[in-house]
Amino acid sequence: MSEAAPVKTTRRGRLRAVHVAPALAVVAAAALPLLFTSRYSTNLLILGAAWSIATLGLVVVLGYAGQISLAQAAFFGIGAYAVALGTTRGEMNWWLALAAGLAAAAAAGAALGMTTLKLGGHYLAMVTICFQIIYTLVATNWVAVTGGPDGISNIRRPSFVVPLVSAQRYAWFALAALLAVAGAVWWLRDTALGRAMLAVRENELAAQALGVNTQRVKVVAFTLSAAIGALGGAVYASGYLYISPDSFNFDHAVSFLAMALVGGSESVLGSILGAGLLTFLPEWLRELKKMYLVIYGCAIILVIVFMPEGLWGYLRLLGRPFARQAPPPAARRALRVGGRGTAGEEILGVEGLVKHFGGIAAVDGVDFVVRRGEVHALIGPNGSGKTTCINLLSGLYVPTAGRIRFLGRDVAGQRPSRIAGAGMARSFQNLRLFRELTVWKNVLVGAQRGGAGEAETRDRAAAAMAFAGLADRAHERCRNLPYGHQKLVELARAIAGEPELLLLDEPGAGLNQTEKQDLVELLRRLNGMGLTIVLVEHDMSLISRAATVATVLNFGRKIAEGTAEEVLRHPAVVEAYLGNREVALGV
Amino acid sequence: MSESLSLVGQLLFAGLAIGGVYALVALGIVLIYRATNVVNFAQGEFSMLGAYTLVTLWQGARLDYFAAMALGLAIMAALGLLFELAVYFPLRNRSFLPVIIATIGASIMFQNGALAVFGPSPEKVRPVIEAGGSGGATVGGVFFDYQYLVTLVVTLVLVGLLYLFFEHTLLGKKMQATSQDKDMARLLGIPVALMIALTFIYSSVLGGLSGMLVAPIFFVTHKMGATLGLKAFAATICGGFGDARGAILGGLAMGVIESFGAAYISAIYKDAFAFLVLILFLLVRPQGIFGEKVAEKA
Repeated sequence: MSEAAPVKTTRRGRLRAVHVAPALAVVAAAALPLLFTSRYSTNLLILGAAWSIATLGLVVVLGYAGQISLAQAAFFGIGAYAVALGTTRGEMNWWLALAAGLAAAAAAGAALGMTTLKLGGHYLAMVTICFQIIYTLVATNWVAVTGGPDGISNIRRPSFVVPLVSAQRYAWFALAALLAVAGAVWWLRDTALGRAMLAVRENELAAQALGVNTQRVKVVAFTLSAAIGALGGAVYASGYLYISPDSFNFDHAVSFLAMALVGGSESVLGSILGAGLLTFLPEWLRELKKMYLVIYGCAIILVIVFMPEGLWGYLRLLGRPFARQAPPPAARRALRVGGRGTAGEEILGVEGLVKHFGGIAAVDGVDFVVRRGEVHALIGPNGSGKTTCINLLSGLYVPTAGRIRFLGRDVAGQRPSRIAGAGMARSFQNLRLFRELTVWKNVLVGAQRGGAGEAETRDRAAAAMAFAGLADRAHERCRNLPYGHQKLVELARAIAGEPELLLLDEPGAGLNQTEKQDLVELLRRLNGMGLTIVLVEHDMSLISRAATVATVLNFGRKIAEGTAEEVLRHPAVVEAYLGNREVALGV
Repeated sequence: MSESLSLVGQLLFAGLAIGGVYALVALGIVLIYRATNVVNFAQGEFSMLGAYTLVTLWQGARLDYFAAMALGLAIMAALGLLFELAVYFPLRNRSFLPVIIATIGASIMFQNGALAVFGPSPEKVRPVIEAGGSGGATVGGVFFDYQYLVTLVVTLVLVGLLYLFFEHTLLGKKMQATSQDKDMARLLGIPVALMIALTFIYSSVLGGLSGMLVAPIFFVTHKMGATLGLKAFAATICGGFGDARGAILGGLAMGVIESFGAAYISAIYKDAFAFLVLILFLLVRPQGIFGEKVAEKA
């Protein structure tokens, strides 16, 4: 009884925080247009709402997915021009024009995201800048359609229940749109898609290995961000009733970036705060108006250097004494790993596997079979091709030749996310955690493998946390954990997807003897539950305790296989590890 | 026939000369990228600041033109160091994203700082060779503007000197070692932080010089750096990221494409060609002309 009581209060405290914030936001949105009634301040409110919406688009693409976009002003402009052209030239219904604008921006965003699917961040920054500049050139020079530098005037306002003709009514509408977008972006963070975005931001390779289709996630992030930007633009255009290309140029793209960064690009409230601040600040500091972009540039550098989480990071620190630790997620059922077939059947079949790097054959014609229920050690001296093998099996490398049969299907050369989705999980030699995320989030990403529903994902994750004994550290950020715990998190994350086969790349590296013994126990328990494990390891005592079967590689070829005990005594294995016996003994 | 041929020659010459300027800026980007693995989005602003420094010293302080140029380059060196200390150094252990964002911030700051100090009206600078009359010579129907010639020659000489510096001096080799493997270089006793600072210094000087060379051809405005920088960046991508030959060839090619595009396709969209070529490259050959495909190690 005495233990249950505090849990109850903390849960209530959490519920309160979750419910009070939106209620406050709604009250603020309703009150602001009543408090600021002058034409000037109403216009500023509308502007602030429109810019905040555009900045929320950056929260999705930059804050969540970690992809830089310097084209947000272009998407903002696409939405604005759609509404402007639709309601003036096209005599279209406002909502129809808006839909067209969102669709156009989403298409452009998807295209932009796709051009850089295979390319890193520098390229993305460059491509988005190019898009932004080409957009401005077209908006300025295609006079017949856009009206050129003179812009478009007499833009109409929509009806929403009542006609929103007055500025005050429209300000309510703009703030309502902001609230809706903010709610959606906030909600997104805790969905499978949102977590996948965070995973992509933190570590793309690890995300792939957990079954996240990182390419799709990036394109979706760009598409969403572009559509949100366009919505902001539409709100802006009908707020000001007049637009010109000057409002959508590169300077504004940088402004949006500054807003997101100053407020805290990962936080919905933070970036609204940032957008609001940078909307009103130039108005309050009239004398500095000429200098405001200088200050923005300066602010971007200062924020990046001194407060990477933006203003929100500080506000959260202030709020910390009042925040109560949420209860650890309770496991409602046991983990269900492996065991979907009959023991002894082939689960993984490797035939003639070859991988060349330039002229070097790292893996040179390897065959082996992993049967259900085994703990199969893959051993060999440094450079024998073990890690390359694991990378081939999990799809990170495309094999030069050979076949990899997993659960009866050839998966050689398939995307890592597909292979992971089929039920093959892995860990990495050097930790690849989502360092800025909590342990719980890390494990959730692993648990959502294969499109599991939200309830199922949470059950799986809680079960994996309980199994690994991590439940009481659930809400700590991974980067703050000691090394041994970080390794455990990687293991928990890998098994949370309830895989059929688990590949472990040197799970014992860097652990002390006690931790290694714990690891052996964990592996035995996992194996006992029916999980098949492939283990790359150097520690022979760990292998002899944990593994049932072993395959030995040297110079990219298999030199021995059999039960772990046989193999460790095999002369070719001894020679590969220790050198020729005669030579070693000086005979 | 011969008229159109001489037009082609004219366009080619002008394109190569402007391309030379792009190449110098691109070279600065590549050198910094090789040393630090981040792209300096403010590289173009070094050109703009170089040009404005020249304007200030020559017109404002009434210095001799060449003395102003030399002093200006010294100022650019100091600025490069300052830039490294303020923008790169505090972020050196973070991922590339904060660093590029910081350099973008710096670029916005420089650009609008120049606007606030010098105003929006463009400044004019005298050419390096002050010949009376047309300021050039006509050979075979092609008009060779001296400033264009100077730009091309200086680019080629600088590229040659840089090659000699990197391949045949100890300092150059230390810098190469730094760019290839910082940890190993550190273990060998190479002062890595100093090498990186030096890289920023001469990238800034290189940028400043390109700005001074291009100043008489274009007007000096606060926007010139952004345009130059973006085109130079496009050039580095087309040439192959991190490859000095690629930067030079890419820069020259960018100049020629622009010059022909403006003449034969559309003058208003002149600035868009570089970016269209870039996007094409990214789609078809993202590793550039000289680049190799890189795979992340697991």
